[in-house]
Amino acid sequence: MLKTFRIGGVHPPENKLSAGQAIITAELPKQAVVMLSQHIGAPAQAVVAKGDKVKVGTLLAQAGGFVSANIHSPVSGTVAKIDTAVDAAGFQRPAIYIDVEGDEWEESIDRSDTLVKECTLDAKAIINCIKESGIVGMGGATFPCHVKLSPPPGMKASVLIINGVECEPYLTSDHQLMMEKGAEILVGVEILRKAISVDRAVIGIENNKPDAIRHMRQLAEEYPAIEICPLKVKYPQGGEKQLIDAIIRRQVPSGALPIATGAVVQNVGTAFAIYEAVQKHKPLVERIVTVTGKSVAKPSNLRVRIGTPISQLIEMCGGMPQDTEKVISGGPMMGKAVVSTDMATTKGCSGILLIPSLESRRKEMQPCIRCAKCVSGCPMGLAPNLLMNLSSHQNWDGCEEERVMDCIECGSCSFTCPAHRPLLDYIRQGKAKVGAIIRNRNANK
Amino acid sequence: MNLNFIVSPSPHVHSGNSIPRCMYGVLIALIPAFLVSLYFFGVGALIVTLTSVVACVLFEYLIQKFLLKVKPTVSDGSAILTGVLLAFNLPANLPIWIICIGAFVAIAIGKMSFGGLGNNIFNPALVGRVFLLISFPVQMTTWPKVDILSTHYLDAETGATPLGLLKQGLPIDTLTSDMLLGNMGGSLGEVGAIALLIGCAYLLIRKVITWHIPVSILATAFIFSWIVSLDAHYAMQQLLMGGMLLGSIFMATDYVTSPMTHRGMVIYGICIGLLTIIIRRWGAYPEGMSFAILIMNGVTPLINKYVKPKRFGEVKK
Amino acid sequence: MSIVWISTLSLGVIGAISAIILYLVAQKFKVNEDPRNGQIVAVLPGANCGGCGYPGCGGFAAACVKAKSLDGMLCPVGGAPVMAKIADILGMAPAEVTPKVAVVRCNGTYANRKRTSHYDGAASCAIEASLYCGETGCPYGCLGYGDCESACQFGAIRISRETGLPEVNEDLCTACGACVKACPKGLIELRNKGPKSHRMFVCCVNKDKGAVARKACTAACIGCGKCAKECAFEAITVVNNVAYIDFQKCRLCRKCEAVCPTGAIHSVNFPPRKPVEAAPAETKPVETQA
Repeated sequence: MLKTFRIGGVHPPENKLSAGQAIITAELPKQAVVMLSQHIGAPAQAVVAKGDKVKVGTLLAQAGGFVSANIHSPVSGTVAKIDTAVDAAGFQRPAIYIDVEGDEWEESIDRSDTLVKECTLDAKAIINCIKESGIVGMGGATFPCHVKLSPPPGMKASVLIINGVECEPYLTSDHQLMMEKGAEILVGVEILRKAISVDRAVIGIENNKPDAIRHMRQLAEEYPAIEICPLKVKYPQGGEKQLIDAIIRRQVPSGALPIATGAVVQNVGTAFAIYEAVQKHKPLVERIVTVTGKSVAKPSNLRVRIGTPISQLIEMCGGMPQDTEKVISGGPMMGKAVVSTDMATTKGCSGILLIPSLESRRKEMQPCIRCAKCVSGCPMGLAPNLLMNLSSHQNWDGCEEERVMDCIECGSCSFTCPAHRPLLDYIRQGKAKVGAIIRNRNANK
Repeated sequence: MNLNFIVSPSPHVHSGNSIPRCMYGVLIALIPAFLVSLYFFGVGALIVTLTSVVACVLFEYLIQKFLLKVKPTVSDGSAILTGVLLAFNLPANLPIWIICIGAFVAIAIGKMSFGGLGNNIFNPALVGRVFLLISFPVQMTTWPKVDILSTHYLDAETGATPLGLLKQGLPIDTLTSDMLLGNMGGSLGEVGAIALLIGCAYLLIRKVITWHIPVSILATAFIFSWIVSLDAHYAMQQLLMGGMLLGSIFMATDYVTSPMTHRGMVIYGICIGLLTIIIRRWGAYPEGMSFAILIMNGVTPLINKYVKPKRFGEVKK
Repeated sequence: MSIVWISTLSLGVIGAISAIILYLVAQKFKVNEDPRNGQIVAVLPGANCGGCGYPGCGGFAAACVKAKSLDGMLCPVGGAPVMAKIADILGMAPAEVTPKVAVVRCNGTYANRKRTSHYDGAASCAIEASLYCGETGCPYGCLGYGDCESACQFGAIRISRETGLPEVNEDLCTACGACVKACPKGLIELRNKGPKSHRMFVCCVNKDKGAVARKACTAACIGCGKCAKECAFEAITVVNNVAYIDFQKCRLCRKCEAVCPTGAIHSVNFPPRKPVEAAPAETKPVETQA
């Protein structure tokens, strides 16, 4: 019996069109647009000025607070301007524009492919190195990695869980990364294990990637502390709380941090970035992006420099299909529909999904028939239909009582609703309002 | 190319499930039972079912179009389903005008007066049936005798149902095997146990319903009637007679009027099972399924309020 | 016959006992409240809109009774006549009331603002605003999903089908402020109704730099400051690239309107100017009724 999480879950069609496509390195853009806010938390502060020459790996912006991350130049060239650029939502956000000239890297970066297994740094130095390299959660949440590795006082990690689940339909970047860079990922896991000093690490991989499970098992034979755990396919297994529940059978208490169960979760992409940062001194300047969609000519996995406009990535995969009506940054369940393809790739962009016109619009909303499919699908055991009602009537107290803050915004409720009700839209709104109310209350205490 | 993209909050994919799909799923599951009733009751079953469906759809259409002045939604299949379920709860020799009254009560009072699909507290088909049962007790309890592929409708020969005999303290002359096949008197859709179970299997496989409600009703009814009678055969017959299977599989599982959580569904099912056997054994009516379901429909909002889903990471207080 | 008598008698007795119990209970739990409370509630409009800042009309009445003076107490729905009646009941001087009206400060009509995307989520401004900047390039402007319309209890604000913007019906607007709270973009302001309902205001809140704002919307305030220079009464301030007319200082001379290069300054309800200096067509006030 394969492991999986215990409450709720849905089965969206997988559509892993780009599975097995070898990673291709994307061309350098003519101008890179590096957003200053690519992570959860405070935006980074620019440390370069217009006209500065930068190389790949030069520090562009420094973390703007504890929960924040450094940003390095993904290209070499001249800083053209520090201005604003349109983000996925259409807002103007601060960004650094760099005109690309050649491809010159900082001397300290080791660009060879040789596997470096030995890591001589101690835990503190490792975390510091991760912090300096600006590494954030690569699964899409973009939570600064060093913060997660420094548990609050009194908390102690006992197990490291590596997320190779990739439960989002369409996306294959983590899958392909495991196939091609498995050995590096395992070194990254060993480094992470050292950083939080635990003696057990589990890599969770869903059963729809048998080749990755086999490959990683084979490689992990030389690491007795690393275990590969195949998981039954179910969305949202890649959610931090669900993955912890699936692997170590412990549920993060409502309102607590995942560390309360003794688990620290990191994505395989993050593990790889950490390997490169610690062993090769390479900051986070590129990532793997899946470009896919039902009418895309060549669904591919690309190695992309941060700051490349996504229109260029779409061009590389056969161009924008005529029938595209919606472009999503990330996967179809939790990704964000973007306003324009001029948007630059960011650290958290795991995929570009082009949705054809047939599937791009929502169906008309119908009355709730209380079929309870949202209730049984909710992985957090909430009652989405009730929360939507409370939220649409602006009953924020009611929302709080029904634990709207537990919602992980996985979208299972809206996905499964036969009446096409925008459950998550309203719940997300309730969550935002209740969050603000709670913050206010705590501030007044 | 249109460069104005569509943006919307996630998720951007949908399961493809829809209200019509749920409703037509249940209708497909009712086909075997319908075929059985056609076989045993002949043309009467066809006339009653057609009348009921046409009347329900028509009333819903007229009310939405002319009274509420909204876009009619008869194509979603919910009125058809109400019509079929109402017909399945009627004797196959019921006059057309009574069926129309039943359909009117089911749709107009049972459903539309509460605000239409999704807002009704009580199962509309059962509201219609119980209204008819109370208003026309003679016609509603004069069951046609089984007459294979009969061509008689109003003039069908009548006889007693096993439940009726039991109520009067008379011996049941129907074999258990006949009960399984449907070779007994009763409402037209409730007789074929095997056909209903095939429908149940279909609903479970298609995930239209979950096992919680039917299983908890049937298990409770079986265990409770065994305890009160100390007779396993009697308990078994209780499950096969009357509307027990039709009710537990198709009526009690109605989305709108049943609880939202699995725990709530089990509570609801247990109560229906208990109430049915209590009414059957000690009540004035031979059949208690409709009343039991309607009573529990009324309790459902309360169950929904107090029985919450099992939550992730529940913090014990 | 005796059955009838017995039934009548027993029912009568039950009725009498119940009445006595009800009376006693009512006496026991009687709430002593100031009778003026009820009188005030009677003159209030009974909309329970909360525009006064108290929970419903009952709450406002209780507050009036407790208050030492009526300064600052205002039922925006009833306005001066109702406040005068309340003052009468309480034997106090009525507070001065300046009638106000809701003003929508966005002129991003379909014609003025190019659509850049199509929003297909839940039809609520608040939800759209929390995730996207809107369907146009202007992140400050009206989203057009009518949160204001559904918040208004008086049917005084409606989204117009031609422009996609809310239109305020001055006669129905009570300035209760529900729409002000409902608008996630903060576009709606309660401004003095003005003498003869004459008003001047800047119909834009876009804080982007002029060029960016202009690109997104042809009727945007670009923060050029011409109006502020023109104003003789220092009523206009330009902060964060957007001008604002202080309705306390404005003397309604309409000079600013003439110099505004984008027509972002609107004047409402003035009599038409002499043909020579007719106001440009695009500054047609949004609130005037069709």
